[in-house]
Amino acid sequence: MSHKSLISSHEWDAIEKIVSDVNSGKITAIELVEKSLKLIEDSKEYNAIISVTEERAKKRAEEVDAKIKSGMNAGKLAGVPFIAKDNFLAFGGETTAASNILRGFEAPYQATAIEKLEAEGAILVAKANLDAFAHGGSTENSDFGTTLNPVDSTRVAGGSSGGSVASVTLGLAPFSLGTDTGGSVREPASFCGVVGYKPTYGLVSRYGVVAMASSTDVIGPIANTVEDVAYVLDVLAGRDSKDSTTIDRELSYVLSGSLQNTAHIAHRVGVVKEFLGDGVDKEVREVVQDAADQLKKSGVEIVEVSIPSIDLALACYYIIVPAEVSSNLSRYDGQRYGFSKPDAVELEDSYNESRAIGFNPENKRRIMIGTYVLSSGYYDAYYKKAALLRTKLINEVNKAFEKVDFLVGPVAPTIAPKVGENASDPLKMYLLDIMTVPVNLCGVPAISVPCGSAKGMPVGLQIIAPMRKDKELLEFAKYYEGVRK
Amino acid sequence: MSNISKDDVKNIAKLSRLKLSDEEVTKYQAELEAILHYVEKLQSADTSGLEPTYQVTGLVNVLRADEEIDYGTSKKELLKNAPSQENGHFKVKRMVG
Repeated sequence: MSHKSLISSHEWDAIEKIVSDVNSGKITAIELVEKSLKLIEDSKEYNAIISVTEERAKKRAEEVDAKIKSGMNAGKLAGVPFIAKDNFLAFGGETTAASNILRGFEAPYQATAIEKLEAEGAILVAKANLDAFAHGGSTENSDFGTTLNPVDSTRVAGGSSGGSVASVTLGLAPFSLGTDTGGSVREPASFCGVVGYKPTYGLVSRYGVVAMASSTDVIGPIANTVEDVAYVLDVLAGRDSKDSTTIDRELSYVLSGSLQNTAHIAHRVGVVKEFLGDGVDKEVREVVQDAADQLKKSGVEIVEVSIPSIDLALACYYIIVPAEVSSNLSRYDGQRYGFSKPDAVELEDSYNESRAIGFNPENKRRIMIGTYVLSSGYYDAYYKKAALLRTKLINEVNKAFEKVDFLVGPVAPTIAPKVGENASDPLKMYLLDIMTVPVNLCGVPAISVPCGSAKGMPVGLQIIAPMRKDKELLEFAKYYEGVRK
Repeated sequence: MSNISKDDVKNIAKLSRLKLSDEEVTKYQAELEAILHYVEKLQSADTSGLEPTYQVTGLVNVLRADEEIDYGTSKKELLKNAPSQENGHFKVKRMVG
């Protein structure tokens, strides 16, 4: 049973098929955009969307249609509607990062990712909900309300890219963009039964994306199939003079057309022992074990590997990331943009009061933890120790990749939690990230691909590849999709 | 080490430029203590002989040509979200009483 049958959502054709239909005049960009906007209007109860960019989207659709009518090339994503997490700066509406401190903010420029997609004819139709500043794993930390899981609306969609992921599950657009600092694309993708991709650190420019933790933040596409995700990555990837952390790309990431060439596929895959311990729900463990068995039956060699420092990765992450958060969020000071307390007299009061009102409790927790671990007297014990542990983890992961081509395991230790289940305990919420954060600390690419269901809810298989092996990872993930069917 | 006092919370809040109510100080004292207690398990890890990692792809000092770049935006655009402005500048609250 495929996950799509669990819900009644609109199904889009493969992105390449849509583009080909637009180019051949079988369907127009404006029809696609209007369809997407209608679906968004009809799915409001899930709270996946913060705002629509209707006017600009329609105008751009008309431009794409005019281009095609006059015989011009309208791009690799001609007329394809998409939805971006609301931490991407974009024209046509507000960019809020789901935080009260940015309510009303209109981007003066667009993120490189948005610019690249638009240059290829894609059309931004809406901005998706997230945990404010991407701080969370359920969107319950959004200042705009929680995004509900389309498969079971008593459960969360996951987060922080919950709105982007739920949008794809609901079929509001053929693809969406999220960001993944510690699992924020993969975890909701697992919870909602779609494909979520976390590229190698630096492969996609982050210029114009609201920064959370600069040493781990990446941008990732979300779609129904690996092929669609790869097709979008192909447009996004590459160096950008406006983001000096960007790295060189492969010639192409497009997978379509290539037949299942198993000779090219990995021969050895490692099941991470630490990912299948007692901390993981039995049902989730079984589904993931089944996926590994299916791979084995198809001819892939499965071995068990151990990465002992994974048990410490979450502690490492919750030092490094808040440290970077406290630094990145210092810019919201109520002076140049964002919320400013109107009656503050002194500058110092204006900072303290604007931030006190504008940030939510989770933002404040992370800022304060970060400030503490970076403060004089504690820096060596916390931040520096975490940076050392990060090296240890990277060394162990590199060592594992000497023996295997890919690592596999669950994405999250549970299925999507019930709304409110973890709300009173921030630490319990952090524990959901236990299997996604090691990937971000190492900077390696990883993907969540639907692999089955537990208690009627989707479960994702996490596949992890070595640094810069994005193309190989996507090929293998596509191979797995084929095995699963 | 993870015993956080109310004064510690107040000091962290001051460094973070966050005004906290007394209720918040009490709430965050417990929450920060729990989180710091959790992350302290790192102390047990042997990291001798290792160098810290701050950047994962090994890029160092990425330079570009020393020339003007057109970012395609104007001063007016950049000022449009300002809470307060005057004569084309951000206007901030007073710094000396």
